[in-house]
Amino acid sequence: MKKLFTLLGAFVLAFVVAGGVQAKTLRMAYDADPVSLDPHEQLSGGTLQLSHMVFDPLVRWTKDLGFEGRIAEKWERVDDTTVRFHLRQGVTFHSGNALTAADVVWTFNRLKESPDFKGIFEPFVSMAVVDDHTVDLVTSGPNPLVLHTATYIFPMDSAFYSGNDERGRDKAEIVKHGDSFASQNVSGTGPFVITSREQGVKVVFERFAGYWDTNSPGNVTSIVFTPIKEAPTRVAALLAGDVDFIAPVPPTDLPRIDSNDGTELITMTGTRIITFQMDQNRREELRDPRVRLAIVHAINNVGIVEKIMNGFGTAAGQMSPAGYLGYNEALIPRYDLAKAQALMTEAGYADGFELTMMAPNNRYVNDFKIAEAVAAMLAKINIRVDLTTMPKAQYWPKYDEQAADMMMIGWHSDTEDSANFYEFLSMTRDADTGRGQYNNGHYSNADVDRMTLDTLTMTNDEERAQVLQRIEQIQYDEAGFVPLHWQDLAWAARSGVNIGSVVNVMNFPYLGDLVID
Amino acid sequence: METLAFLIRRVGQAVMVMLIISLIGFSIQDNLGDPLRELVGQSVSEAEREALRDRMGLNDPFFVQYARFLGNAVQGDLGTSYFFKKPALEVILRKFPATFELVLAATLIIVLVSVPAGIFCAIKPKHIGARLIMGLSIVGISIPVFLTAIFSIYLFSIELGWMPSFGRGDVVELGWWNTGFLTGDGLEHLVLPAFALSSIMLPLFIRLIRGEMMEVMRTEYVRFAQAKGLHPRRVLFVHALRNTLLPVITVGGVQIGTLIAYTILTETVFQWPGMGFLFLEAVNRVDTPLIIAYIIIVGLIFVITNTIVDLIYTYVNPMVRISGVKG
Repeated sequence: MKKLFTLLGAFVLAFVVAGGVQAKTLRMAYDADPVSLDPHEQLSGGTLQLSHMVFDPLVRWTKDLGFEGRIAEKWERVDDTTVRFHLRQGVTFHSGNALTAADVVWTFNRLKESPDFKGIFEPFVSMAVVDDHTVDLVTSGPNPLVLHTATYIFPMDSAFYSGNDERGRDKAEIVKHGDSFASQNVSGTGPFVITSREQGVKVVFERFAGYWDTNSPGNVTSIVFTPIKEAPTRVAALLAGDVDFIAPVPPTDLPRIDSNDGTELITMTGTRIITFQMDQNRREELRDPRVRLAIVHAINNVGIVEKIMNGFGTAAGQMSPAGYLGYNEALIPRYDLAKAQALMTEAGYADGFELTMMAPNNRYVNDFKIAEAVAAMLAKINIRVDLTTMPKAQYWPKYDEQAADMMMIGWHSDTEDSANFYEFLSMTRDADTGRGQYNNGHYSNADVDRMTLDTLTMTNDEERAQVLQRIEQIQYDEAGFVPLHWQDLAWAARSGVNIGSVVNVMNFPYLGDLVID
Repeated sequence: METLAFLIRRVGQAVMVMLIISLIGFSIQDNLGDPLRELVGQSVSEAEREALRDRMGLNDPFFVQYARFLGNAVQGDLGTSYFFKKPALEVILRKFPATFELVLAATLIIVLVSVPAGIFCAIKPKHIGARLIMGLSIVGISIPVFLTAIFSIYLFSIELGWMPSFGRGDVVELGWWNTGFLTGDGLEHLVLPAFALSSIMLPLFIRLIRGEMMEVMRTEYVRFAQAKGLHPRRVLFVHALRNTLLPVITVGGVQIGTLIAYTILTETVFQWPGMGFLFLEAVNRVDTPLIIAYIIIVGLIFVITNTIVDLIYTYVNPMVRISGVKG
């Protein structure tokens, strides 16, 4: 039966080729499909992946963490608080409407309304139309992250999303947990148009005939996107040739895919840091920097990466991954059991104490195994750990309650900038400003607070890097948290699907530029 | 008349069952976790989340929430799925055909294989084939379904390349129903999941039919029929088999529930777009309205299948009266 279909398919293909158009279909499988078609409903990897298929940002990240213009052709700083973006001419939306500056401003204003995105856009006061293809972005103070943030501005078709639909709903409305026009309908400028979508089962994309980027080498004419939740099934689908491209790839299957003829594996050092926080509010012992240092020294995170992660990660001594401004070369992992024991004795805890620990079991790669290993390592300095692991849905409420003395958290900087780590994980908790919202260690250092805020308005990269690296140094010396590793990223594809050139550390492949042999 | 009264009683029972199920479902929802985390990004503030929780009515007291749920439920509204953003009932019914066809195909396999195999093992217990079947059934009963599923994908999809590895393939839309029975691709996709699912029940039924058959063959009326000189095939299939089937139907009715439970695993491994897979996903996402709607629907399916089994029972053996109905 299958042979017959293959034969039929070959005939169809032969006709199409003879007609001069080469149809290239990419069958891809991710672990989940996008929650919504509304690019502003949820700030998540899935949303951004979809946005890069159906929309285009003003600027986008390059592989080496630089920027390249997309909808914005060029940009310049007008004064300390204003950046002017010159928009590309001749860009049309899927609906046929032409893109103008008004669409970009409309999109910006909608982002400011989105519960998920307004945090990122908080320092951005307003955007104004200068002329049909020029906009000015105004920040509250000098801002080093204008371009970082512009990667989140995917211009939407304001005419398409304005007015009321047949059910009387405002088409522009952002609804977080319900039905809305924008969650089911979409008009962007991106390389692909969604032609059918059955949520949780399949999404079909076709290349947009009127796509502005005619220089793109991409030759994929349609994409069939299937979510495959179970990692072994996803891998099997690739190995059996039922799909062409999968992500994420479970660490246990990396060697298998790599050694298999006909499939290719691409891995990359990621930027998500996995850490443990030591709660100084709950435990007096943890207020002593020597105890925190002892804990950091007792944990062999290089060993965890090797043995538990199968090398699928990079052991860390700090939050900022290499390539970030805050990355401080000198801060390396520091496993030293003898020193850890000495520090415990010095602090007066030679006999150790008991600690509670919590970690999720389905959020990060091998999360619960890592927690078990850390608990076992801490036993060597007489810290007896009472560990509880649970699914992420139950873990986050516990995390909010600060229910254990040590809790695991992984963090990816939404701006791909070091300051985002410190704003959320290191600054003193402040319910009013929202700073330190995820600082469950209750680590607090006035210098770190002040310097982090300083970096938010410094526009000289060199000076800024110095301050950011200084912050890492302080946290390192005081053991503000336990750094474990940066989780790697992996994608796998059938040979001939050249994903290597379109994937990036942000994990949103630029599929519009994908070339299939 | 009897049957009608029986059916009315059953409807009453069904309503009770579903009320109890919904109450249980509702009371466990707090232990499933916080749906908000699945709905918002990492940098959304606690105050913002709290406001959202308020708007969704998640902060109301338990009985207020439950009363609101019941009020909507009697109007046919089981809530709106957080993830799908559509009425939970609609989402589940949309997935029902996939699960139904999978269970149907597995049931067919079970019936078509276990009846001949069971009879064969009963009448020729010393035959090498019978020993082989019995041996295999021991193995079959002790291997968990997800292992069978993963192994069959490995063997038939990756190594041999005969079968597709996941999903349902091409389906044909027939009104609100969609079927994979009508396309070659759809049938191809059905083979592995159906076999994996049937592998749990198959050994049980072979053994059950064999045991019952052996017992029936020893009864007097069978011996009498044999002594009367009836054709052995007639004795076997008309006299013996009919009586063998009674306990098989009883067990079968109970096991349908188990089969539905196992669709959760089978569908997850094969990425089969059915209700079981949907349910597991809903649990991971704490999509509470969908979880509750699922358990209510499955409760309903249990009641319906048990009712059907009871009716079939009286048909197969008119001596048996429907319980609770005066004859």
